[in-house]
Amino acid sequence: MSTSGIDMGGHDETTAPPALFANRLKVYAKAVQGPVRRIKWALLVVMLGVYYILPWIRWDRGPGRPDQALLLDLEGRRGYFFDLEIWPDEIYYLAGLLIFGAVLLFLVTSLYGRLWCGYACPQTVWTDLFMWVERKIEGDRAERIRRDKAALSFDKAWRKVAKHGAWVLIAAATGGAWIMYYRDAPTVTMEILTGQASATVYSMFALFTITTYTLAGWAREQVCTYMCPWPRFQAAMLDDQTVTVTYQAWRGEPRGKYRKGESFDLRGDCVDCTQCVQVCPTGIDIRDGIQLECINCGLCVDACNNVMDKLHRPSALITWDTFANQAALAKGEPPRHMKIIRPRTLIYAGLIVVLGAVMMTAMLTRTRVDATVIRDRAPLFVTLSDGSIRNGYTLKITNRRPEGSDFAVVVDGPEGLIATVHTPDGRELPADSVEVRGDTQGALRMFIAMPRKAIPEEQTPINVHIRNLTTGEEASVATVFVAPPSGGDRTQRTNSVAPVQMP
Amino acid sequence: MPTKIEKDTATGRMTTGHEWDGIKELNTPLPKWWLWVFYACIAFSAVWVVLYPGIPLGTTYFKGVLGYSTRVEHAENLAAVEAGRADILAKIRSTDVSDILKDPETATYAVAGGRVAFAENCAACHAAGGAGQAGYPALGDDDWLWGGDIHAIRQTLLHGIRSATDADTRTSQMPAFGEILDRNQIQTVATYVLSLSGAADPAPAVKTEGAQIFADNCASCHGETGQGGRDFGAPNLADQVWLYGGSLDQVAAQVAQPRHGVMPNWGGRLDDATINMLAVYVHSLGGGE
Ligand code: SF4
Ligand code: SF4
Repeated sequence: MSTSGIDMGGHDETTAPPALFANRLKVYAKAVQGPVRRIKWALLVVMLGVYYILPWIRWDRGPGRPDQALLLDLEGRRGYFFDLEIWPDEIYYLAGLLIFGAVLLFLVTSLYGRLWCGYACPQTVWTDLFMWVERKIEGDRAERIRRDKAALSFDKAWRKVAKHGAWVLIAAATGGAWIMYYRDAPTVTMEILTGQASATVYSMFALFTITTYTLAGWAREQVCTYMCPWPRFQAAMLDDQTVTVTYQAWRGEPRGKYRKGESFDLRGDCVDCTQCVQVCPTGIDIRDGIQLECINCGLCVDACNNVMDKLHRPSALITWDTFANQAALAKGEPPRHMKIIRPRTLIYAGLIVVLGAVMMTAMLTRTRVDATVIRDRAPLFVTLSDGSIRNGYTLKITNRRPEGSDFAVVVDGPEGLIATVHTPDGRELPADSVEVRGDTQGALRMFIAMPRKAIPEEQTPINVHIRNLTTGEEASVATVFVAPPSGGDRTQRTNSVAPVQMP
Repeated sequence: MPTKIEKDTATGRMTTGHEWDGIKELNTPLPKWWLWVFYACIAFSAVWVVLYPGIPLGTTYFKGVLGYSTRVEHAENLAAVEAGRADILAKIRSTDVSDILKDPETATYAVAGGRVAFAENCAACHAAGGAGQAGYPALGDDDWLWGGDIHAIRQTLLHGIRSATDADTRTSQMPAFGEILDRNQIQTVATYVLSLSGAADPAPAVKTEGAQIFADNCASCHGETGQGGRDFGAPNLADQVWLYGGSLDQVAAQVAQPRHGVMPNWGGRLDDATINMLAVYVHSLGGGE
């Protein structure tokens, strides 16, 4: 990051003494009209609308269950996404979604540059909103600069107070809406407003309010240039076929001030009006070429097109284009079409297809029953009075459905095997209808006994099958049955007793 | 130390004047707010050090203005847990053990509590999970010397076996037949005993003689068929579970010089709730009757 990036000309660096820390050069972004700006406003309204409305959508899941369409219930440890219900051990769906989103971002970036940064990133969206408020209250660029320079007056004071007040209100609405994704929206709203909410809710509320206020109100472009890791490595996704906001230097240079009536024949189209610099939310000069700070928002495109219109010059002096085409045009060669199919786009698209397929398969084949079997380590086995060997197991049946179900437990193993299922406190249950309450994991005891003659080896593999009798969903778990070494003493625990000498 | 601050020709920027191996560093200043965040962190830690303990002072330490201590917090947490448990423990203490089993919630709590108490007090002899070891009965099997229903288990826990410190303890004694029978007779009767569970197949003559010795000396306690007697803790000799070993030598040794296990009475040492929880836990191990 260079200070020259936010330097607006006239500042000679050769005379600047080296300082370790630099003051922030405040960016006074100017308002701009044009198609790009309109698209950005439309997107802003849609995205903020989605953000604020989503938690209020209701979704009937039956009695006793949350009726919020989108809810991350941290205390109940469930994630609800419309008809989808995620348990903590299914968090890989979320991980999959994030990876999917990341690769999608790579693909979009390699095709169209930092579309995400300029149009969809929350930092951009909220900053845009905050700047709009700022302009409504403090006026546009020139007025703001003038007022900031002027001494404190009543006019200055009330505008500053009003601006920060409005910012805090928006920030609070933002922070409040965030909580609603984690708690029932109507309930938590009432609680917050009436002072009934928990300390956790209030501190989260405060945290998200403060961060929104500081990041969108004060830090703005500094988040993008200093804090965000994305601009540091997004360049790795770009190549000379990527469409980015670019200044057509071959057409604009040599630039210079324009006097009315002057011919454009011997000079470039850029009239050095610095409109493109004044509207830039990160305060840079796109005419310096592609820069880390540029978020590809395209506002400079609108600004310059307005200038070109007035001068009756062709538009798109600043435009979206590939490096390859720009290089060709600069050399006077015919235009080059953007190559959409390139090794990197193919790889990203392929990854997206594979990831999507994997996630779809995982989604469609997932069952709502799970079982684990943990074999007791102490005792490894028990000898019963009839000489048969018995192993103890902890059997956990996870019933992810909201309603309770009966499960059949069937154990596959050598003939003669007897399996019984018990409650943790020892009551025996019928193995063909083990009840597990809905939305819980039932912990049960299972004993498997085999007559000694029926045991094939010291460690016999067995399979435990669980079937939901209502839905037919199944789960199978492999485990082992452990017996004393054959040929040893029948009662392994007495092996160590040395015979007492006969008198 | 900066040596020569100069303008970099390629970028037009100033250098810091630092140079290593011919590589010069451009002056790219950090934003000042970054510096302030750093100062704020230092200020925060200074406040923290005043509020909370952390500075060693020889043999003691600075306690912090708030007087916070993890130890105190731990004690408070423990007290809160105790208070939370008081209700269910009172219920377990005052309820008849067989009734505890009827209420799944209390029973589940008792099993969990019993498991902990067992690991602390019982596992040393009966091994983890009640696996048992030589001379110490396994508690997960279906063979019980003094009875395996929950009341019998509780009784054993409360008063122990042959405990010298409890008048109500369970007690019994097997005579040392090494002084009554001769060597041959002991071998014969031991062989006979093993045949009761099918572990030996003696010649008919030995069997007849063994049966006679058994009837004369052992049946009064161990029963006509060797099925044992729980009133006096006489082991079942017709099953396949052997406390002191099931080989001929081991059985013969037990006939000649019987060993008698001792279990302490836990009545005075553990409170009633713990005894009840232990009874429920042992009963749940898989052999409870
Ligand atoms: S807005 Fe267009 S004409 Fe004006 S300085 Fe920028 S590039 Fe040049
Ligand atoms: S240079 Fe143009 S596209 Fe880049 S951030 Fe500034 S206004 Fe947006």
